[in-house]
Amino acid sequence: MSSETTHVSYLEYQGRYKGLRGWIFSTDHKRIGIMYLIAATVFFAAGVVFGFLMRLELLYPGKTIVSAQTYNTFFTLHGVIMIFLFVIPGLPAIFGNFFLPILIGAKDVAFPRLNLLSWWLYVIGGALVLLSILLPGGPADTGWTFYIPYSVRTGTNVIFTVFAAFILGFSSILTGINFVTTIHRLRAPGMGWFKMPLFTWSLYATAWIQVLATPIIGITLLLIVVERVFGVGLFDPALGGDPVLFQHLFWIYSHPAVYIMILPAMGVVSEIIPVFAHRTIFGYKFIAFSSLAIAVFGSLVWAHHMFAAGMSDFGQFVFSLLTFLVAIPSAIKVFNWTATLYKGSISLEPPMAFALAFIFLFSIGGLTGVMQGALSVDIHITDTSFIVAHFHYVMFGGTGFGVFAALHYWLPKMFGRMYNKKAAYSAFWFLFIGFNVLYFPMFIMGWLGMPRRYYDYLPEYTIYHQISTVGSWILITGLIIMFTNLYLSLKRGKKVTARNIWGGETLEWQIETPPTYENFEEIPLITEGPYEYKDNDQDILEEKEVV
Amino acid sequence: MIAQSVNYAHSVDEAFLFILIVSVFFLVLITGLIITFIIKYNRKKNPKPTNIHGNLPLEILWTIIPTVLVLIMFWYGWTGYKEITSPPDDSMEIDVTAQMWVWKFTYKNGITSDSLYIPVNRPVKAHLTSLDVNHSFYIPEFRIKKDVIPGRKNFTWFIADKVGKYQILCAEYCGLNHSYMLNKVIVLTADEFSIWMQEKLNEKNNQDTVSADNINNQSVAK
Repeated sequence: MSSETTHVSYLEYQGRYKGLRGWIFSTDHKRIGIMYLIAATVFFAAGVVFGFLMRLELLYPGKTIVSAQTYNTFFTLHGVIMIFLFVIPGLPAIFGNFFLPILIGAKDVAFPRLNLLSWWLYVIGGALVLLSILLPGGPADTGWTFYIPYSVRTGTNVIFTVFAAFILGFSSILTGINFVTTIHRLRAPGMGWFKMPLFTWSLYATAWIQVLATPIIGITLLLIVVERVFGVGLFDPALGGDPVLFQHLFWIYSHPAVYIMILPAMGVVSEIIPVFAHRTIFGYKFIAFSSLAIAVFGSLVWAHHMFAAGMSDFGQFVFSLLTFLVAIPSAIKVFNWTATLYKGSISLEPPMAFALAFIFLFSIGGLTGVMQGALSVDIHITDTSFIVAHFHYVMFGGTGFGVFAALHYWLPKMFGRMYNKKAAYSAFWFLFIGFNVLYFPMFIMGWLGMPRRYYDYLPEYTIYHQISTVGSWILITGLIIMFTNLYLSLKRGKKVTARNIWGGETLEWQIETPPTYENFEEIPLITEGPYEYKDNDQDILEEKEVV
Repeated sequence: MIAQSVNYAHSVDEAFLFILIVSVFFLVLITGLIITFIIKYNRKKNPKPTNIHGNLPLEILWTIIPTVLVLIMFWYGWTGYKEITSPPDDSMEIDVTAQMWVWKFTYKNGITSDSLYIPVNRPVKAHLTSLDVNHSFYIPEFRIKKDVIPGRKNFTWFIADKVGKYQILCAEYCGLNHSYMLNKVIVLTADEFSIWMQEKLNEKNNQDTVSADNINNQSVAK
């Protein structure tokens, strides 16, 4: 390859195909990352629309805009789309694909073609979900948990949606295998495990959960087929099966999946905080190992979703205890991030604002999670809107704000264009305030006894529902400002050619903006950790020399 | 806080309150520190940062303190849970049948009712059966919730310690009218309860006689 082509940005690089085909058949990890970004944004928008409509329906007791059946399909679609098509693939598939090879000094992932296959499976799975809306029978109305026996009895297109989840599972497994292999085999010379950036550590822990836990949801689906086709009673009590077995198998995957969703966001925050505090991260190894601890313990707590379902006392005891223990590595991370601000030189650029909001919102999500770990308390609040508030604080306040932070941090690097910072700050405040107004009332009404997945509600909960719905409008205003601002920046934002936009020390800031097709002209030799900030020590050293 | 109308409500609320206080303390601590650091170590005020790689005693400290706290929380939750799952032997037994989208309560003497009538200060053990899909028997003021699952024998129990009417809701999504699967617990004094039960029994006997008459008439007509 001539030196000319190596200097071409990946956006202009001309491979075997031109135009659209140059993207959808590209095996370049950066182009695949961008394609995930586009697809995930479309699905996110769809999820937001369903969420918005749900909140609108709940503005008044009784019917406001739609029937109960339609409302039930809204919350199912909102859940399925947000979880399987946005939160699970979000950070690893978009920013992991784009930056993982760059952060470890590699030219691509270990299996580029497998990577492209993952994207195709993802799009096919997503298309199936959307197709289920249009086909006769109507979209699934089971909630994203597909609990048997209701999911067997309903006439809606459940099997479509479950099959979509099955395909999306394979996309997730393949990405996981790809990342584990890439991290093991493709680190640049000199990059030992403890010289890896923390985002890489979090992707590594995530990838292992994807590989180990996702097959279980696949097997569960096959068991449903076996039950339906051969009449073997597994889950359906009408055939002599046990519905609780289905719940166990569902959560054995779906609880670790929660950590697939949050760990990469923790990784993003671990990248952003040292850059904008301009100092070394506090407790690098503790943050890295707490990711692994979360992955291990997080795989053993699934049955805390079922404390009211009826389990042996021993089961309740163990699952409650482990649930409390998994809180500790999360707490360690929060303490270390906070300590990283100490004696830093903090600049509150938009990515930092989102990262700090992440810590606040995630802390509320985590602490309310601890409340549910306590058996007697959980019996009262499980299946109420308290749970809905809790997981939106973790999944949206956590992962969602993690995605927003990553967008503001990395998008200028990916496209060589800077967004309008004033618009970014106003979007931030709309999002932050709107988010809390939307979800905090759900804690209160949940504690007061408002069950979740309710189309209608008793009059005493009206005020909380109305505050929450107003919050959804504020939040959506923020989303519109943010996405418009980012989109416009790609079109006519100020051009950025500086390699190091924010003053970071990880490898992506040492290559061209936007990156060239090959990332690195020469594979770098790594001699230092990712957040050394030696310039901070410079003056001190000089002073010592003078003395 | 919502009304406490059952024997163990205070222990549930106590556990919740303890965790809530600890949580608020840590949230205020973390948020306070972040805001303080943002102000104190702002780039304008503090252009020269200091590298600190970590501090082992601090790491150990903030691992041990949360561990101890969560173990206490765990114990609170576990002992409270044991109370919720250990009904006394002399409990009054009632069968609760859930079906899309109604509750039915059957007493030992065969009397059935749509609402749950119980005497105050008497342990009640509710056996939960579902005729179709999963439901969940939820009374917020009693702090109890138990899934009602077809093919499973779940139960719950409580001692209502205040006369009054309380909400029953279904808390496990069960289809179209899930949010309308509501009813009431009506807690009566012991006397009122026996009067109610007697009326129900009389009603039932009358009906039995009436239906027996009908059958007789029909056979005569034939």
